[in-house]
Amino acid sequence: MRGATHAKWAACAAAVALAATACGGGDSDSGGGSADGGAVLSSSWGDPQNPLEPANTNEVQGGKVLDMIFRSLKKYDPETGEAEDMLAEKIETSDSQNFTITVKSGWTFSNGEKVTAKSFVDAWNYGASLKNNQKNAYFFGYIEGYDKTHPDDGSKQTAETLSGLKATGDNTFTVKLSQKFSTFPDTLGYPAYAPLPQAFFDDHAAWVAKPVGNGPYAIDSYTKGSQMALKKWDGYPGEDKAQNGGVTLKVYTDNNTAYTDLMAGNLDLVDDVPAAQLKNVKSDLGDRYINTPAGIIQTLAFPFYDSAWNKDGMEKVRTGLSRAINRDQITETIFQKTRTPATDWTSPVLGEEGGFKDGLCGDACEYDADAAKKLIEEGGGLPGGGIKITYNADTGSHKQWVDAVCNSINNALDNDKACVGNPVGTFADFRNQITDKKMSGPFRAGWQMDYPLIQNFLQPLYYTNASSNDGKWTNKDFDKLVDEANAETDTAKAVEKFQDAEEVLRDNMGAIPLWYQNGSAGYSERLSNVKLNPFSVPVYNEIKVS
Amino acid sequence: MPEQPHEPEGAIAATGMGGAMDLATSEGATLEKTPGGPQGTGPSEKPRSLWSDAWRDLRRNPVFIISALVILFLVVISLWPSLIASGNPLKCDLAKAQEGSQPGHPFGYDGQGCDVYTRTVYGARTSVTVGVCATLGVALLGSVLGGLAGFFGGFWDSVLSRITDVFFAIPVVLGGLVLLSVVTSNTVWPVIGFMVLLGWPQISRIARGSVITAKQNDYVQAARALGASNSRLLLRHITPNAVAPVIVVATIALGTYISLEATLSYLGVGLKPPTVSWGIDISAASAYIRNAPHMLLWPAGALALTVLAFIMLGDAVRDALDPKLR
Amino acid sequence: MGRYVARRLLQMIPVFIGATLLIFLMVNVMGDPIAGLCGDKQCDAATAAQLKKEFGLDKPVWQQYLTYMGNVFTGDFGTAFNGQKVTELMSTAFPVTIRLTVVAIVFEIVIGISLGVVTGLRRGRPVDTSVLLLTLVVISIPTFVTGLLLQLLLGVEWGWIKPSVSTDATFSELIVPGLVLASVSLAYVTRLTRTSIAENRRSDYVRTAVAKGLPRRRVITRHLLRNSLIPVVTFIGTDIGALMGGAIVTERIFNIHGVGYQLYQGILRQNTQTVVGFVTVLVLVFLVANLLVDLLYAVLDPRIRYA
Repeated sequence: MRGATHAKWAACAAAVALAATACGGGDSDSGGGSADGGAVLSSSWGDPQNPLEPANTNEVQGGKVLDMIFRSLKKYDPETGEAEDMLAEKIETSDSQNFTITVKSGWTFSNGEKVTAKSFVDAWNYGASLKNNQKNAYFFGYIEGYDKTHPDDGSKQTAETLSGLKATGDNTFTVKLSQKFSTFPDTLGYPAYAPLPQAFFDDHAAWVAKPVGNGPYAIDSYTKGSQMALKKWDGYPGEDKAQNGGVTLKVYTDNNTAYTDLMAGNLDLVDDVPAAQLKNVKSDLGDRYINTPAGIIQTLAFPFYDSAWNKDGMEKVRTGLSRAINRDQITETIFQKTRTPATDWTSPVLGEEGGFKDGLCGDACEYDADAAKKLIEEGGGLPGGGIKITYNADTGSHKQWVDAVCNSINNALDNDKACVGNPVGTFADFRNQITDKKMSGPFRAGWQMDYPLIQNFLQPLYYTNASSNDGKWTNKDFDKLVDEANAETDTAKAVEKFQDAEEVLRDNMGAIPLWYQNGSAGYSERLSNVKLNPFSVPVYNEIKVS
Repeated sequence: MPEQPHEPEGAIAATGMGGAMDLATSEGATLEKTPGGPQGTGPSEKPRSLWSDAWRDLRRNPVFIISALVILFLVVISLWPSLIASGNPLKCDLAKAQEGSQPGHPFGYDGQGCDVYTRTVYGARTSVTVGVCATLGVALLGSVLGGLAGFFGGFWDSVLSRITDVFFAIPVVLGGLVLLSVVTSNTVWPVIGFMVLLGWPQISRIARGSVITAKQNDYVQAARALGASNSRLLLRHITPNAVAPVIVVATIALGTYISLEATLSYLGVGLKPPTVSWGIDISAASAYIRNAPHMLLWPAGALALTVLAFIMLGDAVRDALDPKLR
Repeated sequence: MGRYVARRLLQMIPVFIGATLLIFLMVNVMGDPIAGLCGDKQCDAATAAQLKKEFGLDKPVWQQYLTYMGNVFTGDFGTAFNGQKVTELMSTAFPVTIRLTVVAIVFEIVIGISLGVVTGLRRGRPVDTSVLLLTLVVISIPTFVTGLLLQLLLGVEWGWIKPSVSTDATFSELIVPGLVLASVSLAYVTRLTRTSIAENRRSDYVRTAVAKGLPRRRVITRHLLRNSLIPVVTFIGTDIGALMGGAIVTERIFNIHGVGYQLYQGILRQNTQTVVGFVTVLVLVFLVANLLVDLLYAVLDPRIRYA
C-alpha cells in the first residue's frame, strides 16, 4: 500500500505542474477590439513569408503592407493600371538605355528623413547585392553592373554597388541599362524600387521589426503572426492621403474564417473570398461584394524538355487539349465568375492600348469537342494514351478546377482515362519538380504581373531560358519579336510587336491559357469606396469608414 | 482480435485442453465470414472452451447476425459495385453540378456533376478495404506488442513504450508527406501500411494498460501459482479479459481511418484520381456544406452504416467473450 | 517508486535524441525548401545558393543535425524562414494550444465519462441508442463540417460567440473550439467507459458492495468507475499528443495560432527549425503524459506496483 500512496502523490504533483503551466499562460480579457474611434478599419491578412523588405517581398500579403507604407517613383493608377509619376519629377532618356531621374523635393519618410536621390540609389544597390539575399534582386537585372553585384553563375560578388547607378545631385540620379528597354520607367512602380531611409541601413533589425517608409500610412505596431496596426500618417506629403484613420491587418489561419468574421461583424474587409462561399456572397453581403479583373492569368504549361511533348505535330495535340476545355462552364460553375475565360496570354487589366487583345487566341481557345478530338488524333494522340495534370495540393483549391478540366477533356474525348489530376504534396516539391525538369505532362502555371506591361506577361514566361519559363518552351521567332519590341521606342509599335510574338506563341500553343483571375473582396456596412487595384490589393487609402 | 502464438502451445497440449483450444482458435479466425458454419456442433463432445462458448453465443445473438449481414452486403458491393449501380462513377457533367435528387439519380450530383449514388456505391471498395485492413493491421500489431509489453514488463516494456513515444511524436502530415510522396503506385496498400505504421502505438498502449490490469486478477495469480505457462496465461486468462478496450478502440478507429484516407488525399499524398472513395467525396463535399448538403449526406451515411455494423459486431464479440455474462 | 520515476526521466534522453533525429531526417528527405520560398517565380541560382548558405542547408545532414542540437542545448531553436525566432513562435503557440487541449480534455473527462457511465449502466435503453447514434455522427462527419456549422450557427446566426478566437485565446473563447476538437475523442472515451462499466458491473466486488448495502452513488464512483478507468486514462494519455499537435483543422477554422497550425505551416514550408523545435517539445509532453498515465495505473488499481 505504501507504494500506491507514493504513486498517488507523484501523479498529483505532476498533474498540478502541468495544470500550472497550462493556466499560467495569462488569461487577460480580449482587448483586441479596435472598432471604435470610427475611422480605423480591420482587414484580413496572411502572415508574410519573408521579412518585409521591399526587394524581398514576392507575395501579395507582404505587398499589401508595402503598398501602404511606400511610394515609389511611379504609381499604378488603381483603376486603369497606368503608370503615373509619383515621386518622379521627370524621367528623361534619349536612347531608351540611359535615364536621368529627378526626384520631387519635399518628400520625407515618416521618421522625418528626407527622400533624396540617395534614398533610391542606396535601396536599389541593397536590393541588387547578392549578399543581402533579396528575392526580387532580378528586378535590377537590367541595370548595368548587375552581373558584378549579383553574379548568377555562383561566383563571388565583385562589386557592392551597381556601376550603372549614380546619384548626380540631391534630387537627381542616372540609370544606365545594359540593353535598350523603352518601357523601363513604367516598371518603376513596383515596390522593389521603393526608396529606403538611412534608418534601414543603420539599424536593420529594428527597421524590419517595425518598417518605416514614405507612404500614406505608418506602422503603429506589428506583432508577427497575429496583427499589424497601421495609422494614417498625418505628415504625408502626397495627394493620395488616407481617407481613414488607419488599417488593422489581422492574420487569419484560413480565408473562410475571415469571411465568417466579416458576416458576424467582427471584420471590415476580406480581400480573398473563399471559393466555397462565392455562391452565398449575394445573400450574405448583398452589394458589398466586388469582383474586378486583376493582372493574373492561369495557364497549363508543358514540359518541352520531354521529347514526347516537343516532337512535330504535338502543337496539334496541345491545341486539341485547349479546345477540349470548356472554360465558360468551369469559370461559371467552379469559380462563380471570379475567373474569366482567357482568350489571349495577357490580362484585361492592360487595356487595349497596353496590349490586351480579346480573342487573339481565336478558335484555339474555343471549346469544341469534335475539333479537339480530331486535332489530337491528327497530332498522334496523347502521349502514353493519357495525361496527368500536375498541381500542388497545399495552397489554393487547385484540385477542384484540375478535376473539372480533366472531366471536360475526358468528356470531349469520350475517354475516362484521358486525363487525371496529379497532386503534389507541397509547393516546394512542386517547384522542385519543375526546376529539375521532372514533369511528364501538363502542369499548373500561373502568373501574377509585376507591373502592367504586356512585356511582363510574355518575356519572363516564354522567352528562351527566361526566369519563369517553367516549360522551357523556346522559339526563335518569338525571341526575335520580343527583342525588337523592347528596342522600339514608340509604345504602340512595341505593343504590336509583342502581339505578333503572342501569335507565334498561339500557333505553337506554348502554354494553354485557361482564365484570367479576378480579385474579389467583401466588406462591412461601415465601409464605402472599396476598390481593388490591378494587383488585387485593396486600395486602402481611398476607403471611407463611417 | 486476439493473436494466437502457436508454438508454445505444444507445451500445454498434454493437459488435454490444448486440443479444444486449437479447434476453437481456427473457428475464431473464420467467425466473421461464416455465420452458422458447420463446425458449430463440433466442440460439444469435448469440454467447452471459452472461445467455443463465445462462438455459440454469437450465433444466437441477433445483433451479431444483423451486423454480419450488413458487412456481407458491404463486401458484396465492394466486389461487384455494378450489381446495384449501373452508371459510371467517372462520368461527370459539370452542367449538373450540385443538383439535387432527380429520377434516375436519387442522391443528386456532386460539385463536379458526378452522380452521388454511383460514386457512393463505387467508393465502398476503397473505403471498406482501407478501413478494415488498416484496423486489422493496427489491432493485430498493436495488441500483440502492447500485450506482450504489459505482460512481461521490465526492459522490453520500457523499450517498446519509448518507441511508441517516438511514434506518437511524428505528425501525421509530416509522415504522410515524407513516406507516401515517394510511393508511385496508386493502390490502397501503401496508404494502409502508413496507417498501420502510425496507428499501432495507440492500440499498443491501450492493450498494454489492459493487460497490466488483467494480470493482477486473482485467477491469473492463481493460475500462475498452479504453474501455468506464460502463453497459457496470456491466451486463456488475460486476453479474454483485456480484449474489450482494444475492440472498442479498433471499431471506432475503423471509421477514422476511412476519413484519414481522405485527409491524405487532400494533402496530395493519398489515393489519387481516378480512385473513388467515400473519404474523398466527404472531404470534397465539406466545402459545399452550405449549398449542397446532400453531397455530404450519402457518403457520410455509408460511412456511418459501416462503422455502426462494426461497432455492433465488436459489442457482440465482446459480450460473447465475457464470462460474467453467463 | 522514486527510482521508477528517476529511471523514466532518464529514458527521456534517448527518446529525445531519437525523435529529433527522426524528425530532422524526415523534413530533410522532403527535399529542397528554397524553391518554395521563392514563390511562383523561380529564384535565380545565385540567390538560391546564398539562401541555402544562410539557413545552413548547404552542409551535409549530419552536420546540420549536430549544429542544430548544439544550438538547442544552449536554448537556441533557430529561426523560421520569415526571420522569427522559433522560441518566440513556440512561446506564443504553446500557451494557446495548452489551453485548448485542457478544454478538450475536460470535455472528454466530464462529458465522455458521464455518458459512458450512463450508457454502461443502461445498455440497450433509448439513452444508450441515442448516444450510439451521436457517436456515429461524430465519426462520419468531418470535424471541418461540424466546426464550420457550429461557427456559422453560434457565431453568425445567434451571435453567442465570436466566430474567430482572438490573439489572447482565453478559456471562454476556446470552449466551442475545444468541444469540436474533443468530439471524435469523446466517442472513444464514451464507448471505452461504457464497455468497462458494463463489464465490471457484474464483477464480484461490485456485487459485494451492493450486497453490503452501500449507496448506489458510492458503489458507482468508488468501486465501479475507479476500476473501469484504466483503459480510459490510457486513451486520454495517448490523445494529448493528437490534440496538441494535430488540431490543424480546428485551429484553422477558429483562427487559433497554435501548435497544430504552426507545425502544419512549418511542414508545408519544410522549415526544419520550426518543425523539429515544435516536435521536440511535443515529445517531452508525451513522455510526461505517459509517465503520468503509468503512475495513475497504480492509483486506480492498488494491485499495480512500480519498483
